[in-house]
Amino acid sequence: MTVIAPETTAAVTQGTGRDGGPGGPGSARTARLRRKIGDNLQAYVFLTAGLLCFGLFSWWPLVKGIILSFQQDNFVTDPIWVGFDNYQAVLDDPLFATAWLNTLEFTGLALLFGFAVPFVLALVINEFRHAKGFFRFAVYLPVMLPPIVSVLLWQYFYDPGTGLFNAILSGVGLPTSDWTQSPKMAMISLVLVSTWANMGGATIMYLAGLAGIPGELYEAAELDGASVWQRIRHVTIPQMRFIMLVLLLLQIVATMQVFIEPYQLTGATNPETITVMILIYRYAFTVNNDFGMAAAMSVLLFIVLGAFSALYLRLTRKAD
Amino acid sequence: MSSTTRSLISEADLRRGHGRLIYRLVLGAMAVAFVLMFIGPLYWMIIGAFKTPIELAQTPPTILPTEWHPETYLDAWNRLEVGRYMVNTAFYALGGWLIQLIVDVAAAYALSKLRPVLGNVVLGGMLASLMLPAAALLVPAYLTVAEVPIFGVNLLNTPWALWLPGAANAFNIYVLKRFFDQIPNDLLDSAGIDGAGRFRLLWHIILPLSRPVLAVVSIFAIIGSWKDFIWPLLVLQDPEGQTISVALSRLAETGRVTNNEMFAGLAIASIPMVVLFMIFQRSILNGLSAGALKG
Repeated sequence: MTVIAPETTAAVTQGTGRDGGPGGPGSARTARLRRKIGDNLQAYVFLTAGLLCFGLFSWWPLVKGIILSFQQDNFVTDPIWVGFDNYQAVLDDPLFATAWLNTLEFTGLALLFGFAVPFVLALVINEFRHAKGFFRFAVYLPVMLPPIVSVLLWQYFYDPGTGLFNAILSGVGLPTSDWTQSPKMAMISLVLVSTWANMGGATIMYLAGLAGIPGELYEAAELDGASVWQRIRHVTIPQMRFIMLVLLLLQIVATMQVFIEPYQLTGATNPETITVMILIYRYAFTVNNDFGMAAAMSVLLFIVLGAFSALYLRLTRKAD
Repeated sequence: MSSTTRSLISEADLRRGHGRLIYRLVLGAMAVAFVLMFIGPLYWMIIGAFKTPIELAQTPPTILPTEWHPETYLDAWNRLEVGRYMVNTAFYALGGWLIQLIVDVAAAYALSKLRPVLGNVVLGGMLASLMLPAAALLVPAYLTVAEVPIFGVNLLNTPWALWLPGAANAFNIYVLKRFFDQIPNDLLDSAGIDGAGRFRLLWHIILPLSRPVLAVVSIFAIIGSWKDFIWPLLVLQDPEGQTISVALSRLAETGRVTNNEMFAGLAIASIPMVVLFMIFQRSILNGLSAGALKG
């Protein structure tokens, strides 16, 4: 409790009250209570805008989403409760399995590149005695770009006929690819641009972690005759375990919400790259115009991601 | 950390004959790779806009334009109305930043220094929203903005559809509250005795002391709103009011844009963020690093 001037006065008043001075203990208590109510009122005045924003645009949509997933609502007549019909419809949709498998494929591939590559890059950059600032700047530069810029730029790079990638590949005598237009390469193309655009964040965080490893540990390991590989295995990785786990969870949660890459590069209709978010978007806004189905799918996604988020928050709060 | 701190490989190993050579080779190779991988695409985008559409699409590609066409940037600005969308985006970003700061500073101040009854419950509820994946709330949030409960207004196609949900930023409140918590209460007490009210304490004592954290919160707020795509795609469907990201995506789909004009549009959309990064590189990267270490 912040003790500020008026309360100090209240305490003094109470003191005189106990001595049998004017007012008596009763009125001192009421004055105190009144002060307390006044303090709380003032505090809640400061909180009003925040409570309204959170209440209306964060807490209410959560409740609304769950309600909506059990309703059919055409937004003209009153909504009808339909039990688990929306969930049934979503599960019966042949695209349901496709969307989840594609999302898992994207997440898996994105982790393969986006989890391991930044770690190796950070490990090497951390050993440099020169130009560290340049490496940090360069790797983070794509993260600053609006994601749609990265995606649209890569769309030109991927163009099978006029794109830069095929020009370079054929220039050095390698086979070219249809990239986003090839069923086999479509998902990998999405992962590549996503990794390029996002891996700076992980690299910077790994660098921060590496800088925090006490040098004595390496010194001791070296005195024991540990090679560089052994030092990485027995010093670096154990020291980085926490930050690696946190980033792993963050990346799982982020990549499972993938939307821009398939939306822009391969389109919301391409079965090779329909992800869970694309399916929700289709249910709500394009193909079906069915908010109930979209809400049901959102609740399912929420349950899956919520588990990872909860784990993440538990880990980080504990470390605090 | 200073560079003299011992890391994986010791100073001595790097100085030895072989070590020095390998170090130079790895450093050089990495520098070239980073330039090609991370600076290269940006170079290609900015310089590509100066080429003719045919030269931009030709194989083998040219490093520099054979003829320079700076007017492509003007065409993109005017004909594609990139200028209008840049102004829109700047307006949304600055307005959103201001509202985020007002709402979140007031809330964090109340939770940190005024500590009302149930304050911890409120804070818990706000932090719990960090657990909610934005994607899963997209559809109900869209419907909420289309008809805000209690008030019954439709915010679609107004800036408020971006600003008000954006102000519900638990990360800001968490960071600000943690900073305010560290400001000693004695400091406020001594000012309070002079009869300063709650608002004046915030304005004259807390905020001036909080400049570093306000700067970080501000930078991330601006970056966040500039990069946002899916939410403005849904709530600002009226083409006139769209953000640059959504407008570029729409223009790309119409197919009536030449590649060099599109490159110019992409470059223009990126410039504010690249400039911001050059100026505030330290704050941005250190903010990120601090987040990594503290979680």
